[in-house]
Amino acid sequence: MKKTVITVVGKDTVGIIAKVCTFLADNQVNILDISQTIVQDYFNMMMIVDSNNATKPFGELSDELYKLGEDIGVQIKMQSEEIFNSMHRI
Amino acid sequence: MINIFEVNETNKMVEQENLDVRTITMGISLLDCIDNDLDKLNENIYNKIISKARNLVSTGNEIEKEIGIPIVNKRISVTPIALIGASACKCPDDFVTIAKTLDKVAKEVGVNFIGGYSALVSKGMTPSEENMIRSIPKALACTERVCSSVNVGSTKTGLNMDAVKLMGEIVLETAQCTKDSDSLGCAKLVVFCNAPDDNPFMAGAFHGVTEADCIINVGVSGPGVVKTALEKVRGENFEVLCETIKKTAFKVTRVGQLVAQEASKRLGVPFGIIDLSLAPTPAVGDSVAEILEEIGLESVGAPGTTAALALLNDQVKKGGVMASSYVGGLSGAFIPVSEDQGMIDAVISGALNLEKLEAMTCVCSVGLDMIAIPGDTKATTISGVIADEAAIGMINQKTTAVRLIPVIGKGVGETVEFGGLLGYAPVMPINKFSCDAFVNRGGRIPAPIHSFKN
Repeated sequence: MKKTVITVVGKDTVGIIAKVCTFLADNQVNILDISQTIVQDYFNMMMIVDSNNATKPFGELSDELYKLGEDIGVQIKMQSEEIFNSMHRI
Repeated sequence: MINIFEVNETNKMVEQENLDVRTITMGISLLDCIDNDLDKLNENIYNKIISKARNLVSTGNEIEKEIGIPIVNKRISVTPIALIGASACKCPDDFVTIAKTLDKVAKEVGVNFIGGYSALVSKGMTPSEENMIRSIPKALACTERVCSSVNVGSTKTGLNMDAVKLMGEIVLETAQCTKDSDSLGCAKLVVFCNAPDDNPFMAGAFHGVTEADCIINVGVSGPGVVKTALEKVRGENFEVLCETIKKTAFKVTRVGQLVAQEASKRLGVPFGIIDLSLAPTPAVGDSVAEILEEIGLESVGAPGTTAALALLNDQVKKGGVMASSYVGGLSGAFIPVSEDQGMIDAVISGALNLEKLEAMTCVCSVGLDMIAIPGDTKATTISGVIADEAAIGMINQKTTAVRLIPVIGKGVGETVEFGGLLGYAPVMPINKFSCDAFVNRGGRIPAPIHSFKN
Protein backbone atom coordinates (compact mmCIF):
# COMPACT_ATOMS: atom_id res chain seq x y z
CA MET A 1 0.00 0.00 0.00
CA LYS A 2 1.33 3.43 -0.95
CA LYS A 3 1.27 5.76 2.02
CA THR A 4 1.27 9.50 2.11
CA VAL A 5 2.81 11.82 4.69
CA ILE A 6 1.09 15.05 5.63
CA THR A 7 3.01 17.62 7.66
CA VAL A 8 1.48 20.61 9.36
CA VAL A 9 3.75 23.32 10.73
CA GLY A 10 2.79 26.72 12.11
CA LYS A 11 1.61 28.80 15.01
CA ASP A 12 -0.53 26.77 17.39
CA THR A 13 -4.22 27.64 17.46
CA VAL A 14 -7.50 25.96 18.32
CA GLY A 15 -8.85 23.35 15.91
CA ILE A 16 -5.94 22.64 13.56
CA ILE A 17 -6.23 18.88 13.87
CA ALA A 18 -10.02 19.01 13.67
CA LYS A 19 -9.99 20.97 10.45
CA VAL A 20 -7.37 18.82 8.78
CA CYS A 21 -9.09 15.59 9.88
CA THR A 22 -12.48 16.80 8.68
CA PHE A 23 -11.00 17.61 5.31
CA LEU A 24 -9.42 14.17 5.07
CA ALA A 25 -12.62 12.41 6.13
CA ASP A 26 -14.63 14.37 3.56
CA ASN A 27 -12.25 13.12 0.88
CA GLN A 28 -12.12 9.47 1.97
CA VAL A 29 -8.53 9.63 3.19
CA ASN A 30 -7.83 7.21 6.02
CA ILE A 31 -5.50 8.29 8.83
CA LEU A 32 -3.06 5.57 9.90
CA ASP A 33 -0.85 7.41 12.37
CA ILE A 34 -0.56 10.85 13.92
CA SER A 35 2.32 12.31 15.90
CA GLN A 36 2.49 15.83 17.12
CA THR A 37 4.80 18.10 19.13
CA ILE A 38 4.90 21.75 20.06
CA VAL A 39 8.33 23.35 19.68
CA GLN A 40 8.59 26.94 20.98
CA ASP A 41 4.89 27.63 20.45
CA TYR A 42 5.09 26.11 17.02
CA PHE A 43 2.68 23.37 16.18
CA ASN A 44 4.33 20.47 14.42
CA MET A 45 2.26 17.52 13.25
CA MET A 46 2.90 14.57 11.02
CA MET A 47 0.21 12.24 9.74
CA ILE A 48 0.65 9.05 7.81
CA VAL A 49 -2.42 8.47 5.69
CA ASP A 50 -3.77 6.10 3.07
CA SER A 51 -5.02 8.18 0.15
CA ASN A 52 -5.45 5.30 -2.28
CA ASN A 53 -9.24 5.45 -2.07
CA ALA A 54 -9.43 9.21 -2.02
CA THR A 55 -12.15 10.85 -4.06
CA LYS A 56 -9.72 13.26 -5.71
CA PRO A 57 -6.36 12.87 -7.45
CA PHE A 58 -3.17 13.47 -5.46
CA GLY A 59 -2.36 16.85 -6.97
CA GLU A 60 -5.80 18.25 -6.26
CA LEU A 61 -5.80 17.03 -2.64
CA SER A 62 -2.37 18.49 -2.12
CA ASP A 63 -3.41 21.90 -3.51
CA GLU A 64 -6.59 21.97 -1.42
CA LEU A 65 -4.70 21.03 1.74
CA TYR A 66 -2.21 23.79 1.06
CA LYS A 67 -5.07 26.25 0.71
CA LEU A 68 -6.71 24.98 3.89
CA GLY A 69 -3.37 25.58 5.63
CA GLU A 70 -3.29 29.16 4.39
CA ASP A 71 -6.78 29.72 5.80
CA ILE A 72 -5.78 28.56 9.29
CA GLY A 73 -2.32 30.12 9.15
CA VAL A 74 -0.20 26.97 9.01
CA GLN A 75 1.84 25.30 6.31
CA ILE A 76 0.48 21.96 5.14
CA LYS A 77 2.48 19.68 2.87
CA MET A 78 1.40 16.40 1.38
CA GLN A 79 4.08 14.08 0.04
CA SER A 80 4.47 10.48 -0.95
CA GLU A 81 6.09 8.49 1.87
CA GLU A 82 8.69 7.20 -0.57
CA ILE A 83 10.97 10.21 -0.32
CA PHE A 84 11.40 9.72 3.44
CA ASN A 85 11.84 5.98 3.10
CA SER A 86 14.50 6.35 0.47
CA MET A 87 16.38 8.97 2.42
CA HIS A 88 16.22 7.42 5.88
CA ARG A 89 16.00 3.65 5.31
CA ILE A 90 18.48 1.43 3.53
CA MET B 1 7.55 3.56 10.26
CA ILE B 2 9.00 6.96 9.46
CA ASN B 3 9.08 9.34 12.42
CA ILE B 4 8.44 13.04 12.70
CA PHE B 5 12.13 13.94 13.11
CA GLU B 6 13.09 12.21 9.89
CA VAL B 7 10.27 13.92 8.05
CA ASN B 8 11.29 17.29 9.45
CA GLU B 9 14.94 16.71 8.53
CA THR B 10 14.04 16.00 4.91
CA ASN B 11 11.69 18.94 4.63
CA LYS B 12 14.25 21.25 6.21
CA MET B 13 16.77 20.21 3.56
CA VAL B 14 14.31 21.20 0.85
CA GLU B 15 12.93 24.37 2.43
CA GLN B 16 16.04 25.87 4.00
CA GLU B 17 19.08 24.21 2.46
CA ASN B 18 18.20 24.30 -1.24
CA LEU B 19 18.05 20.54 -1.72
CA ASP B 20 16.81 19.83 -5.19
CA VAL B 21 17.19 17.50 -8.09
CA ARG B 22 19.09 19.65 -10.53
CA THR B 23 18.03 17.92 -13.70
CA ILE B 24 16.20 15.05 -15.28
CA THR B 25 17.85 14.66 -18.65
CA MET B 26 16.39 12.42 -21.29
CA GLY B 27 19.02 11.03 -23.63
CA ILE B 28 17.64 10.35 -27.10
CA SER B 29 19.51 8.57 -29.86
CA LEU B 30 19.14 10.24 -33.24
CA LEU B 31 21.04 7.56 -35.14
CA ASP B 32 17.83 6.29 -36.75
CA CYS B 33 17.06 9.81 -38.03
CA ILE B 34 20.04 9.94 -40.39
CA ASP B 35 19.15 10.77 -43.97
CA ASN B 36 21.12 12.29 -46.82
CA ASP B 37 18.39 14.80 -47.50
CA LEU B 38 18.71 17.73 -45.11
CA ASP B 39 15.00 18.56 -44.91
CA LYS B 40 14.11 14.94 -44.29
CA LEU B 41 16.81 14.72 -41.61
CA ASN B 42 15.43 17.76 -39.80
CA GLU B 43 11.94 16.35 -39.99
CA ASN B 44 13.10 12.99 -38.60
CA ILE B 45 14.90 14.69 -35.71
CA TYR B 46 11.86 16.78 -34.89
CA ASN B 47 9.52 13.80 -34.92
CA LYS B 48 11.77 11.53 -32.89
CA ILE B 49 12.35 14.04 -30.11
CA ILE B 50 8.69 14.99 -29.92
CA SER B 51 7.64 11.34 -29.74
CA LYS B 52 10.05 10.52 -26.92
CA ALA B 53 10.02 13.69 -24.84
CA ARG B 54 6.43 14.83 -25.18
CA ASN B 55 5.63 14.02 -21.55
CA LEU B 56 9.03 14.71 -20.01
CA VAL B 57 8.22 18.08 -18.48
CA SER B 58 4.74 17.18 -17.23
CA THR B 59 6.02 13.94 -15.70
CA GLY B 60 8.83 15.84 -13.98
CA ASN B 61 6.33 18.31 -12.56
CA GLU B 62 4.09 15.49 -11.40
CA ILE B 63 6.91 13.77 -9.52
CA GLU B 64 7.98 17.08 -8.04
CA LYS B 65 4.52 17.59 -6.63
CA GLU B 66 4.05 14.08 -5.35
CA ILE B 67 7.29 13.63 -3.46
CA GLY B 68 7.75 17.28 -2.61
CA ILE B 69 11.21 17.90 -4.01
CA PRO B 70 11.95 20.60 -6.59
CA ILE B 71 13.14 19.25 -9.92
CA VAL B 72 14.76 22.36 -11.28
CA ASN B 73 15.42 21.44 -14.89
CA LYS B 74 14.10 19.02 -17.44
CA ARG B 75 16.45 18.63 -20.36
CA ILE B 76 17.26 16.58 -23.41
CA SER B 77 20.55 15.31 -24.75
CA VAL B 78 20.93 13.86 -28.22
CA THR B 79 23.50 11.93 -30.23
CA PRO B 80 26.37 14.22 -31.32
CA ILE B 81 25.04 16.17 -34.27
CA ALA B 82 28.36 15.95 -36.15
CA LEU B 83 27.56 12.25 -36.68
CA ILE B 84 23.88 12.71 -37.40
CA GLY B 85 24.39 15.46 -39.97
CA ALA B 86 27.46 13.92 -41.61
CA SER B 87 25.77 12.71 -44.77
CA ALA B 88 23.25 15.53 -45.22
CA CYS B 89 25.29 18.60 -44.29
CA LYS B 90 27.71 19.89 -46.90
CA CYS B 91 28.65 23.15 -45.23
CA PRO B 92 28.48 24.79 -41.76
CA ASP B 93 25.19 26.53 -42.60
CA ASP B 94 23.56 23.14 -43.20
CA PHE B 95 24.40 22.21 -39.63
CA VAL B 96 22.88 25.46 -38.38
CA THR B 97 19.50 24.29 -39.70
CA ILE B 98 19.74 21.28 -37.36
CA ALA B 99 20.51 23.61 -34.44
CA LYS B 100 17.37 25.55 -35.29
CA THR B 101 15.33 22.34 -35.38
CA LEU B 102 16.68 21.36 -31.95
CA ASP B 103 15.85 24.80 -30.55
CA LYS B 104 12.34 24.62 -31.94
CA VAL B 105 11.66 21.17 -30.56
CA ALA B 106 13.13 22.13 -27.16
CA LYS B 107 10.70 25.03 -26.94
CA GLU B 108 7.84 22.85 -28.02
CA VAL B 109 8.36 20.15 -25.38
CA GLY B 110 9.24 22.80 -22.80
CA VAL B 111 12.79 21.80 -21.82
CA ASN B 112 15.13 24.66 -20.97
CA PHE B 113 18.21 23.21 -22.68
CA ILE B 114 18.95 20.62 -25.31
CA GLY B 115 22.53 19.29 -25.49
CA GLY B 116 24.32 17.35 -28.15
CA TYR B 117 25.25 19.93 -30.73
CA SER B 118 28.55 18.19 -30.41
CA ALA B 119 31.52 16.66 -32.14
CA LEU B 120 33.84 13.99 -30.78
CA VAL B 121 37.21 14.61 -32.35
CA SER B 122 39.65 13.33 -29.76
CA LYS B 123 41.95 11.86 -32.40
CA GLY B 124 40.97 13.34 -35.75
CA MET B 125 38.31 15.39 -37.48
CA THR B 126 36.30 14.33 -40.52
CA PRO B 127 35.39 17.14 -42.95
CA SER B 128 31.80 17.06 -41.67
CA GLU B 129 32.96 17.28 -38.06
CA GLU B 130 35.04 20.29 -38.96
CA ASN B 131 32.03 21.85 -40.71
CA MET B 132 29.92 21.21 -37.63
CA ILE B 133 32.50 22.82 -35.33
CA ARG B 134 32.75 25.82 -37.65
CA SER B 135 28.98 26.19 -37.47
CA ILE B 136 28.95 26.49 -33.66
CA PRO B 137 29.26 30.31 -33.37
CA LYS B 138 26.35 30.92 -35.71
CA ALA B 139 24.29 28.04 -34.26
CA LEU B 140 24.65 29.35 -30.71
CA ALA B 141 23.94 32.91 -31.76
CA CYS B 142 20.69 32.11 -33.56
CA THR B 143 19.30 29.63 -31.03
CA GLU B 144 18.38 30.01 -27.40
CA ARG B 145 18.35 26.56 -25.81
CA VAL B 146 20.89 24.58 -27.81
CA CYS B 147 24.10 23.59 -25.99
CA SER B 148 27.27 22.57 -27.73
CA SER B 149 30.32 20.56 -26.75
CA VAL B 150 33.46 19.31 -28.46
CA ASN B 151 35.66 16.52 -27.17
CA VAL B 152 39.25 17.27 -28.18
CA GLY B 153 41.16 14.53 -26.41
CA SER B 154 41.13 11.41 -24.28
CA THR B 155 43.47 9.28 -22.21
CA LYS B 156 43.31 6.57 -24.87
CA THR B 157 43.88 8.78 -27.91
CA GLY B 158 45.92 11.74 -26.72
CA LEU B 159 45.06 15.32 -27.66
CA ASN B 160 43.94 16.48 -31.06
CA MET B 161 45.86 19.75 -31.16
CA ASP B 162 44.36 20.78 -34.50
CA ALA B 163 40.96 20.68 -32.80
CA VAL B 164 42.35 22.50 -29.76
CA LYS B 165 43.63 25.27 -32.02
CA LEU B 166 40.34 25.45 -33.88
CA MET B 167 38.34 25.57 -30.64
CA GLY B 168 40.32 28.60 -29.41
CA GLU B 169 39.15 30.41 -32.55
CA ILE B 170 35.60 29.08 -32.26
CA VAL B 171 35.23 30.20 -28.63
CA LEU B 172 36.35 33.69 -29.61
CA GLU B 173 34.10 33.76 -32.65
CA THR B 174 31.13 32.60 -30.55
CA ALA B 175 31.86 35.45 -28.15
CA GLN B 176 31.89 37.88 -31.09
CA CYS B 177 28.63 36.53 -32.50
CA THR B 178 26.87 37.00 -29.16
CA LYS B 179 28.64 40.16 -28.00
CA ASP B 180 25.35 42.03 -27.60
CA SER B 181 24.41 39.70 -24.75
CA ASP B 182 27.79 39.73 -22.94
CA SER B 183 29.08 36.87 -25.11
CA LEU B 184 26.48 34.52 -23.62
CA GLY B 185 26.98 32.02 -26.46
CA CYS B 186 30.19 30.85 -24.81
CA ALA B 187 28.23 29.80 -21.70
CA LYS B 188 26.61 27.17 -23.90
CA LEU B 189 29.87 25.79 -25.31
CA VAL B 190 32.17 23.32 -23.54
CA VAL B 191 35.46 21.85 -24.69
CA PHE B 192 36.09 18.42 -23.16
CA CYS B 193 38.78 15.86 -22.65
CA ASN B 194 37.45 12.35 -21.81
CA ALA B 195 33.82 13.46 -22.23
CA PRO B 196 31.38 10.94 -20.72
CA ASP B 197 28.56 9.52 -22.86
CA ASP B 198 25.89 9.85 -20.18
CA ASN B 199 26.38 13.28 -18.62
CA PRO B 200 23.03 14.88 -17.68
CA PHE B 201 24.48 18.34 -16.93
CA MET B 202 24.58 21.19 -19.42
CA ALA B 203 26.25 22.58 -21.37
CA GLY B 204 28.21 19.38 -21.91
CA ALA B 205 25.43 16.79 -22.13
CA PHE B 206 25.19 14.59 -25.18
CA HIS B 207 23.81 11.09 -25.75
CA GLY B 208 26.80 8.94 -26.65
CA VAL B 209 26.74 6.28 -29.34
CA THR B 210 27.33 3.60 -26.68
CA GLU B 211 23.90 4.39 -25.21
CA ALA B 212 20.47 2.84 -25.71
CA ASP B 213 17.72 4.42 -27.82
CA CYS B 214 16.30 6.49 -25.00
CA ILE B 215 17.35 6.81 -21.39
CA ILE B 216 16.77 8.85 -18.23
CA ASN B 217 19.77 10.34 -16.44
CA VAL B 218 19.46 12.40 -13.29
CA GLY B 219 21.78 14.96 -11.77
CA VAL B 220 21.44 15.68 -8.05
CA SER B 221 22.60 18.72 -6.19
CA GLY B 222 22.78 19.82 -2.59
CA PRO B 223 25.84 21.90 -1.64
CA GLY B 224 23.64 23.69 0.91
CA VAL B 225 22.77 20.43 2.65
CA VAL B 226 26.43 19.43 2.94
CA LYS B 227 27.36 22.90 4.21
CA THR B 228 24.67 22.82 6.92
CA ALA B 229 25.67 19.30 8.01
CA LEU B 230 29.28 20.45 8.34
CA GLU B 231 28.30 23.41 10.50
CA LYS B 232 27.45 20.90 13.21
CA VAL B 233 30.92 19.31 13.23
CA ARG B 234 33.07 22.43 13.39
CA GLY B 235 36.47 21.72 14.97
CA GLU B 236 36.11 17.94 14.76
CA ASN B 237 38.84 15.86 13.10
CA PHE B 238 38.95 14.65 9.51
CA GLU B 239 37.37 11.29 10.33
CA VAL B 240 34.23 12.98 11.64
CA LEU B 241 34.29 15.49 8.78
CA CYS B 242 34.49 12.80 6.12
CA GLU B 243 31.83 10.60 7.72
CA THR B 244 29.46 13.57 7.84
CA ILE B 245 29.96 14.37 4.15
CA LYS B 246 29.46 10.72 3.21
CA LYS B 247 26.22 10.35 5.14
CA THR B 248 24.84 13.58 3.73
CA ALA B 249 25.81 12.63 0.18
CA PHE B 250 24.04 9.32 0.68
CA LYS B 251 20.78 11.01 1.63
CA VAL B 252 20.97 13.52 -1.19
CA THR B 253 21.68 10.83 -3.75
CA ARG B 254 18.81 8.64 -2.55
CA VAL B 255 16.45 11.41 -3.52
CA GLY B 256 17.96 11.46 -7.00
CA GLN B 257 17.65 7.70 -7.25
CA LEU B 258 13.97 7.85 -6.28
CA VAL B 259 13.25 10.57 -8.82
CA ALA B 260 15.14 8.71 -11.53
CA GLN B 261 13.26 5.47 -10.87
CA GLU B 262 9.90 7.21 -10.80
CA ALA B 263 10.63 9.14 -13.99
CA SER B 264 11.83 6.00 -15.71
CA LYS B 265 8.72 4.07 -14.67
CA ARG B 266 6.24 6.78 -15.64
CA LEU B 267 7.85 7.59 -18.97
CA GLY B 268 8.51 3.97 -19.86
CA VAL B 269 12.16 4.77 -20.51
CA PRO B 270 15.05 2.85 -18.91
CA PHE B 271 16.99 4.47 -16.07
CA GLY B 272 20.56 5.29 -17.07
CA ILE B 273 22.64 6.82 -14.32
CA ILE B 274 22.71 9.22 -11.41
CA ASP B 275 25.36 11.89 -11.68
CA LEU B 276 26.80 12.44 -8.20
CA SER B 277 27.76 16.05 -8.57
CA LEU B 278 27.59 18.90 -6.13
CA ALA B 279 26.23 21.54 -8.44
CA PRO B 280 26.09 25.05 -6.99
CA THR B 281 23.76 27.88 -7.98
CA PRO B 282 24.18 31.61 -7.45
CA ALA B 283 21.68 31.40 -4.54
CA VAL B 284 23.18 32.14 -1.13
CA GLY B 285 23.77 28.89 0.76
CA ASP B 286 23.98 26.80 -2.40
CA SER B 287 27.71 27.10 -2.87
CA VAL B 288 30.60 24.63 -3.11
CA ALA B 289 32.98 27.42 -2.09
CA GLU B 290 31.08 27.81 1.18
CA ILE B 291 31.57 24.10 1.93
CA LEU B 292 35.32 24.48 1.44
CA GLU B 293 35.26 27.48 3.75
CA GLU B 294 33.25 25.52 6.29
CA ILE B 295 35.93 22.82 6.12
CA GLY B 296 38.37 25.45 7.39
CA LEU B 297 39.52 27.91 4.75
CA GLU B 298 39.23 31.66 5.21
CA SER B 299 38.38 31.88 1.55
CA VAL B 300 38.36 29.42 -1.30
CA GLY B 301 41.73 29.80 -3.04
CA ALA B 302 43.74 29.79 0.19
CA PRO B 303 46.46 27.13 0.62
CA GLY B 304 44.65 23.90 1.49
CA THR B 305 41.90 24.49 -1.06
CA THR B 306 42.96 21.67 -3.37
CA ALA B 307 43.20 19.18 -0.49
CA ALA B 308 39.84 20.23 0.93
CA LEU B 309 38.23 19.89 -2.49
CA ALA B 310 39.85 16.50 -3.05
CA LEU B 311 38.43 15.12 0.18
CA LEU B 312 35.02 16.66 -0.44
CA ASN B 313 34.82 15.20 -3.93
CA ASP B 314 35.92 11.76 -2.80
CA GLN B 315 33.56 11.56 0.17
CA VAL B 316 30.60 12.69 -1.96
CA LYS B 317 31.33 9.79 -4.31
CA LYS B 318 31.77 7.30 -1.49
CA GLY B 319 28.45 8.27 0.05
CA GLY B 320 26.65 8.53 -3.25
CA VAL B 321 27.79 5.29 -4.84
CA MET B 322 25.94 3.15 -2.31
CA ALA B 323 22.80 5.24 -2.62
CA SER B 324 22.38 4.61 -6.33
CA SER B 325 22.22 1.50 -8.46
CA TYR B 326 24.06 3.11 -11.38
CA VAL B 327 26.42 6.03 -11.13
CA GLY B 328 27.90 7.83 -14.11
CA GLY B 329 28.18 11.15 -15.87
CA LEU B 330 30.61 13.65 -14.45
CA SER B 331 30.16 12.78 -10.76
CA GLY B 332 32.25 15.33 -8.93
CA ALA B 333 31.99 18.73 -7.30
CA PHE B 334 31.51 21.51 -9.84
CA ILE B 335 33.51 24.69 -9.40
CA PRO B 336 31.99 27.14 -11.84
CA VAL B 337 32.85 30.72 -11.00
CA SER B 338 29.76 32.62 -12.13
CA GLU B 339 27.30 30.07 -10.74
CA ASP B 340 28.69 30.06 -7.20
CA GLN B 341 28.46 33.13 -4.95
CA GLY B 342 31.41 31.96 -2.81
CA MET B 343 33.64 31.61 -5.88
CA ILE B 344 32.61 35.04 -7.15
CA ASP B 345 33.44 36.61 -3.77
CA ALA B 346 36.82 34.85 -3.70
CA VAL B 347 37.69 36.14 -7.15
CA ILE B 348 36.67 39.69 -6.25
CA SER B 349 38.69 39.63 -3.02
CA GLY B 350 41.75 38.33 -4.89
CA ALA B 351 41.89 34.98 -3.05
CA LEU B 352 41.19 32.93 -6.15
CA ASN B 353 42.85 33.15 -9.55
CA LEU B 354 42.81 31.16 -12.78
CA GLU B 355 45.94 29.21 -11.88
CA LYS B 356 44.50 28.03 -8.55
CA LEU B 357 41.28 27.06 -10.30
CA GLU B 358 43.33 24.99 -12.72
CA ALA B 359 45.00 23.20 -9.81
CA MET B 360 41.59 22.54 -8.27
CA THR B 361 40.37 20.89 -11.47
CA CYS B 362 43.00 18.17 -10.99
CA VAL B 363 41.00 16.73 -8.09
CA CYS B 364 37.39 17.35 -9.01
CA SER B 365 35.11 17.66 -11.96
CA VAL B 366 34.79 19.31 -14.23
CA GLY B 367 37.24 21.96 -15.18
CA LEU B 368 37.60 25.66 -15.79
CA ASP B 369 33.93 26.45 -15.79
CA MET B 370 32.03 29.68 -16.44
CA ILE B 371 35.07 31.90 -16.20
CA ALA B 372 34.86 35.34 -17.77
CA ILE B 373 38.10 36.58 -19.32
CA PRO B 374 38.89 39.83 -21.16
CA GLY B 375 37.37 40.07 -24.63
CA ASP B 376 40.71 40.99 -26.20
CA THR B 377 42.27 37.62 -25.28
CA LYS B 378 43.99 35.97 -28.26
CA ALA B 379 42.52 32.77 -29.74
CA THR B 380 45.84 30.98 -29.24
CA THR B 381 45.80 31.87 -25.53
CA ILE B 382 42.35 30.26 -25.21
CA SER B 383 43.68 27.23 -27.09
CA GLY B 384 46.62 27.10 -24.66
CA VAL B 385 44.25 27.06 -21.68
CA ILE B 386 42.18 24.33 -23.36
CA ALA B 387 45.36 22.30 -24.00
CA ASP B 388 46.48 22.64 -20.36
CA GLU B 389 43.14 21.53 -19.02
CA ALA B 390 42.82 18.67 -21.52
CA ALA B 391 46.32 17.50 -20.58
CA ILE B 392 45.26 17.28 -16.93
CA GLY B 393 42.34 15.10 -17.97
CA MET B 394 44.38 12.98 -20.33
CA ILE B 395 47.16 12.22 -17.84
CA ASN B 396 44.87 11.71 -14.84
CA GLN B 397 42.26 9.62 -16.69
CA LYS B 398 39.46 11.97 -15.76
CA THR B 399 37.01 14.27 -17.47
CA THR B 400 38.11 17.86 -17.74
CA ALA B 401 36.45 20.71 -19.52
CA VAL B 402 36.84 24.36 -20.38
CA ARG B 403 34.00 26.85 -20.55
CA LEU B 404 35.66 30.24 -20.89
CA ILE B 405 33.77 33.38 -21.78
CA PRO B 406 35.87 36.04 -23.47
CA VAL B 407 33.57 38.99 -22.88
CA ILE B 408 33.83 41.22 -25.92
CA GLY B 409 34.26 44.86 -24.94
CA LYS B 410 35.01 44.17 -21.30
CA GLY B 411 38.24 44.00 -19.36
CA VAL B 412 39.59 42.85 -15.98
CA GLY B 413 37.57 44.13 -13.03
CA GLU B 414 34.33 44.57 -14.94
CA THR B 415 31.35 42.31 -14.30
CA VAL B 416 29.15 40.33 -16.66
CA GLU B 417 25.57 39.28 -15.97
CA PHE B 418 24.33 36.04 -17.52
CA GLY B 419 21.13 35.76 -15.52
CA GLY B 420 19.33 32.83 -13.92
CA LEU B 421 21.32 29.73 -13.03
CA LEU B 422 24.29 31.04 -15.02
CA GLY B 423 24.78 33.89 -12.53
CA TYR B 424 27.27 36.74 -12.90
CA ALA B 425 31.04 36.89 -12.99
CA PRO B 426 33.91 39.30 -12.58
CA VAL B 427 36.22 39.33 -15.62
CA MET B 428 39.42 37.57 -14.51
CA PRO B 429 42.95 38.32 -15.67
CA ILE B 430 44.60 35.72 -17.89
CA ASN B 431 48.33 35.18 -18.39
CA LYS B 432 49.39 37.43 -21.28
CA PHE B 433 52.55 35.61 -22.37
CA SER B 434 52.18 34.05 -25.80
CA CYS B 435 51.83 30.36 -26.67
CA ASP B 436 51.37 31.01 -30.41
CA ALA B 437 54.25 28.82 -31.55
CA PHE B 438 53.05 25.92 -29.37
CA VAL B 439 49.46 26.04 -30.53
CA ASN B 440 50.36 26.56 -34.19
CA ARG B 441 52.49 23.41 -34.45
CA GLY B 442 49.50 21.34 -35.53
CA GLY B 443 48.99 17.60 -35.23
CA ARG B 444 48.42 15.50 -32.14
CA ILE B 445 49.88 15.01 -28.69
CA PRO B 446 50.32 11.22 -28.42
CA ALA B 447 48.40 9.17 -25.87
CA PRO B 448 50.19 8.93 -22.53
CA ILE B 449 51.90 5.83 -21.17
CA HIS B 450 49.88 3.95 -18.56
CA SER B 451 52.72 2.77 -16.41
CA PHE B 452 55.45 4.48 -14.39
CA LYS B 453 52.79 6.61 -12.67
CA ASN B 454 54.32 9.62 -11.01
